[in-house]
Amino acid sequence: MREDDAARDTGDRAGSDREGSDHEHADVVLCADGPILVRGARSVRDADGTLHRVRRPVVALCRCGKSALLPWCDATHTVLPD
Amino acid sequence: MRIPAARGRLGAWLRARLEEPAHVEDVVEPDSDDDATLALWILHELSFRGFDDADPGAEQDPVLVLARHRLELAFERRLRQRWAATSAHRLVPDTPAGVPDALRALVASHEGPSLATYVRRHAGRDQALALLRQRSVYHLKEADPTSFVVPRLPVRAKAALVELQYDEYGDGDPNRLHAHLFARGLASVGLSPTYGAYVEEASTQTLELNNAASLFGLQRRLRGAATGHLAAFEMTSALPSRAMSQGLERLGLGGAMAHYYDEHVEADAIHEQLAATGICGSLADEEPDQVGEILFGAWTCLDLESRFATAQLASWDGGRG
Repeated sequence: MREDDAARDTGDRAGSDREGSDHEHADVVLCADGPILVRGARSVRDADGTLHRVRRPVVALCRCGKSALLPWCDATHTVLPD
Repeated sequence: MRIPAARGRLGAWLRARLEEPAHVEDVVEPDSDDDATLALWILHELSFRGFDDADPGAEQDPVLVLARHRLELAFERRLRQRWAATSAHRLVPDTPAGVPDALRALVASHEGPSLATYVRRHAGRDQALALLRQRSVYHLKEADPTSFVVPRLPVRAKAALVELQYDEYGDGDPNRLHAHLFARGLASVGLSPTYGAYVEEASTQTLELNNAASLFGLQRRLRGAATGHLAAFEMTSALPSRAMSQGLERLGLGGAMAHYYDEHVEADAIHEQLAATGICGSLADEEPDQVGEILFGAWTCLDLESRFATAQLASWDGGRG
């Protein structure tokens, strides 16, 4: 490989140790008694078929079904009876 | 912004010292809590946007730093005394892993009047505008006190804090930056969007709320309290923001001001998860000696908001005004 090709290599090849995963940083996180956090989503299709463009690096998807902002979490789950 | 009018002897002394560098001399004592609280707010503000009529070197002036230090010590002592006296103290977990649940238990068990509920159902237009003026003191610098904490955190907590703050600052877009959304909201309801416009009118409770956030943000030693304060703030935002938005719409004060609150319903439902687990949980995990401090900061946030809400409602004659 020529030197400048090597310089452009981003290190994403499987087995590369140039960038590790020393710290867990999941793309999808199921919060205990809470929403699903999603990182890196570009669009979300809700249950009604509406496509929502995502502008945030992290979104919270409602898991309790009672949000007034579906598909997004609005913290309604924090006041639902157990 | 110009230096706000003094509320007492210390404030008058401070004003003179801000315009010209201080020579070594005794710092005067405040003659009221109000005098001390505004003076501390002014001294903190030197590390934020500052004052047009203050000497630029005032932030580092040794005499003013001494004045600030004394006020901060007294303030911190009062906050810790309140924390020591509350039964919420029993919620401090035995292990770092218990911090996120402890924060949730703290928020769930905290009782205090809700200004947002009052605005949703009962507030008149003048009352809502008065509340927005009080809130403007913080929201026009929203997230800034917390940003000072970033260099003081270990890697996981640092990445989590910046992930949250990036959203506060508009995900890179100044049009979506939260303080800017609040300023646009103020303008849309006929209030001044200018930074500092309503500091002279700020209640002692408003200033204390602000001073706590700044106190925790500006000292490394208080980084645990700062992260706990942030978590409690985010964890008590989404639902009240929806109530605020509904109240503003009811009063014909919707538009950009309601949009600020609508944004916060969605954003803070995300942020409360990031803060409790990603920031506070990570910090506790790496620095277990910070567990108590995290809960102290969180409780202080809730307590000062309750004191502010109580005072504000009382000023409206318990809602009958």
